[in-house]
Amino acid sequence: MSQAAATGHLETSTGLDNRKLLMWLFLSSECLFFGSLIAAYLLYRDSSVTGPYPDELFDIPFTSVSAFQLLVSSVTMVLALAAIQRGNVRAMQIWLLATALLGLLFVSGQAYEFTQFYREGLTLETNLFGTTFFVLTGFHGAHVTVGILILMSLFAVSLQGRIQKKDSLNVELAGLYWHFVDIVWIVIFTLVYLIQPGAGSN
Amino acid sequence: MTLAEYRRRRGEPADADDQIAGDAHTEKHPGALEYAQIGLILGVITAIEVGVYYVGLSQTALVIALLAFSTSKFTLVVLWFMHLKFDARLFSTMFVLAFLLALSIFAVALATLGGKLV
Amino acid sequence: MATEWPQPRKQGLADALGWARRMADQHYGIWSWIATVDHKRIGIMYGVTAFLFFLAGGMEALIIRLQLAVPDGNIVNADQYNRILTMHGTTMVFLVIMPLSAAFFNLMIPLMIGARDVAFPRLNAFSYWVFLGGGIFMNASFFTGDVFSGELGAPDCGWFCYSTLSSKAFSPGHGVDFWALGLQILGIASLASGFNFVVTILNLRAPGMTLFRMPLFVWMTLVTSFLLIFAMPVIAVALFELLFDRLFDANFFNPDKGGNPLLWQHMFWLFGHPEVYILILPAMGIVSEILPTFSRKPLFGYPFVVFSGIAIGFMSWGVWVHHMYTTGLGTAANAAFGISTILIGVPTGVKVFNWMATMWGGSISLKAPMMFAVGFVAMFTIGGLSGVTHSVVPSDYQQQDTYYIVAHFHYVLFGGSIFALFAGIYYWLPKFTGRLLNDTVGQIQFWLMLIGFNLTFFPMHMSGMLGMPRRISTYSGDQGWDLWNLLSTIGAFTIAAAILIFIINVIYSLRRGQAAGHDPWDGRTLEWTIPSPPPHYNFERIPTVHARDPFWHEKYTEDAAGRPIPVIAGAANGHGEENGDHGGHGIHMPSPSYFPLIAALGFPIIATGLIYDYALVAVGAALLFVGIYGWALEPVTEEEAGHA
Repeated sequence: MSQAAATGHLETSTGLDNRKLLMWLFLSSECLFFGSLIAAYLLYRDSSVTGPYPDELFDIPFTSVSAFQLLVSSVTMVLALAAIQRGNVRAMQIWLLATALLGLLFVSGQAYEFTQFYREGLTLETNLFGTTFFVLTGFHGAHVTVGILILMSLFAVSLQGRIQKKDSLNVELAGLYWHFVDIVWIVIFTLVYLIQPGAGSN
Repeated sequence: MTLAEYRRRRGEPADADDQIAGDAHTEKHPGALEYAQIGLILGVITAIEVGVYYVGLSQTALVIALLAFSTSKFTLVVLWFMHLKFDARLFSTMFVLAFLLALSIFAVALATLGGKLV
Repeated sequence: MATEWPQPRKQGLADALGWARRMADQHYGIWSWIATVDHKRIGIMYGVTAFLFFLAGGMEALIIRLQLAVPDGNIVNADQYNRILTMHGTTMVFLVIMPLSAAFFNLMIPLMIGARDVAFPRLNAFSYWVFLGGGIFMNASFFTGDVFSGELGAPDCGWFCYSTLSSKAFSPGHGVDFWALGLQILGIASLASGFNFVVTILNLRAPGMTLFRMPLFVWMTLVTSFLLIFAMPVIAVALFELLFDRLFDANFFNPDKGGNPLLWQHMFWLFGHPEVYILILPAMGIVSEILPTFSRKPLFGYPFVVFSGIAIGFMSWGVWVHHMYTTGLGTAANAAFGISTILIGVPTGVKVFNWMATMWGGSISLKAPMMFAVGFVAMFTIGGLSGVTHSVVPSDYQQQDTYYIVAHFHYVLFGGSIFALFAGIYYWLPKFTGRLLNDTVGQIQFWLMLIGFNLTFFPMHMSGMLGMPRRISTYSGDQGWDLWNLLSTIGAFTIAAAILIFIINVIYSLRRGQAAGHDPWDGRTLEWTIPSPPPHYNFERIPTVHARDPFWHEKYTEDAAGRPIPVIAGAANGHGEENGDHGGHGIHMPSPSYFPLIAALGFPIIATGLIYDYALVAVGAALLFVGIYGWALEPVTEEEAGHA
């Protein structure tokens, strides 16, 4: 993860760091990616021809805990960044680990939820709800997993002493990605879980 | 001439020292405590959201309330945790543009197909 | 012109490639190309690969035209025809025009903004290798059928592969899977490219080059790159939805479970319409560079041309339903999009008028680049006019799915993009080879191509209006279409002759072309200030820019009547040995790397695995992982693109 300091942001025409600009461009494109998946979900929300239906399957208390985990992980992430910006490598490592752990808990929760739904008869093939739900939340979960890998990689590299105060941009970039994944979940949690079609669709 | 010399001629900060001098006048960035406070607010909003879900409002009221809550959580994370409030305007412009683009094109697409947003 | 010997890498995997890496650093030999991160080399690779795909797509076109030359043709059967037709369209859009544009982005952007390379050189190399892998993967599908009994395995669903034809039920076999997976891979390349060029253009400009002093080609690349960034994710999701339906029995487009095939059309065209502007804006940028140079006048109304390009970028998101007027979305949708589509003609028209005004009163030199550029303006305008007729909903009801549409998009994509790309080749290739292409041969190619092109596609307006549908492999002789089809076929072979002449010209030029020198065209922009071919570091010293068309202003000042007067030795100011240039000693360039290629290899292997054997998916994923981790962890010794 070591990048030459020579691409320091002040050398650029805008004064902004190349990699930070890249990350924001990437996150902007991800708005279109998740927007498309969410649109497909919303389009088909009321259209499943057969069950199972969302209101039969969703366990809102359980999913709320998951949502909570991801939100807290955003807090720990930003604390990790604040730590390394102060030069405190040890604290950054602890907060990074905490973030990854919370992310892991979230993904496990998702996996558990998926297996529960599967047991109730919901698969990709069953109906439109199965198709759109699994693909949307599956892609989100995949993004979280990649995020966990990034965080653990940062952690591993920091164990070699290769992340110091001057390298805080790496943590900042990981943080931006992580927070984005969190806000996608904020949107999904609301639109998919909390705002459900009227009882007994179709 | 170098980029640094070019910038100084135009009165812009050219290197780290110039930048620090300039920064002294800018807004203080949030510290750990403020981040934790925002985290707490996010948690509280989530709890309220779940509560509202069970309270049994009419569909319309529920939708409006939930959209309002999730928008505020979204905004808090983007502005503070992702630091957009304190960062270069270019980042905000691009991100907001992308978000609004996604929102508009899919709203139109769904409308033509008879899909419902909420 | 030796550069600094790069520091030995510390990572084990990198050490193991020591010998090959030393070869890569030598700037010669196959290893130096495989591991290159130099934008000029990547640009050449894009150009050569895209041109080869152009020949493939051209052959496909010739087979189509042979089949349709006369009624009841039997050169190929209907199944073969569908596959060749699909691959012709897909190849020309994704494997020819887009990568040829990418070739020009790569070759020209750093030079035009006064930078040493792009912002992310390894990401740049990655884009190329992913593109190559995707192109090969998609074309490999031809060989997956029982080839000896004439069964081609290529996709056969048309270049936009509508649902429900694309479903497993109606397209059993792997053709559509190759199409969807291949496009997915190509999308990654384009997306990465989009990111790279936005950051490069925003961040790596030479001191003094404000946004409004950038060459117009740079502006068009910026707008195109933003379009890529926002449009590629949409097609990615559409392709995932199609793949999930086909591979895992999902229901996105399955009417039996309530799915709506129109969702595919929306998703495809939400991407597809910005995509056609991605195809044309770079061409418009090229022409906006050539017309001023060969008119010896600045681009007329530069700010208007810039704002029109930006406007087109924004508006391109608001017109997609015009591809779906006949799908029954209703009057409100059709009317709204009819209006937006008519409106998007306005900024395009503004550009055409500005090009014309650029030439008006200029000192015109009709060299080959200029011929192609003027040809672009004329042909694109014709295509634009037929486009206006499509925007009107009731007339589109007659035109939709006929050859009239085929005429329109070939006028804008061939008469438009391809002509402009050839203009760019004649104009800029000498910068990189050091040798001019033969101008007389270029003129012959131009006229042959112009005549052949019009002979091929103009009659399609007629056959279309007479009701000839698209995508049919034969037609009967009593419809009144015979003459038009025959003319088209003759025209197609005329184009082929022109392309052959072009190839001969390139081969000749490489061996015995006239030396180009720094500035063969008396150019206006920074790329003409450096030698041809450029040294690997581009600029000895990063220039400071004081005006638009900075090189022109170095060379010329104006007399009282506004006519240009040469500045004595203006072209040499600050350039060349007598000014202390010393061959780039001490300039640190980004080091070559193999990891972009290794990572890129993962994608076609994953794709093959998804079709044939999941074990391959694991292999591909492992390669991707190794590639990405190696890339992230290799110490970058020098990464100062654009740093003086």
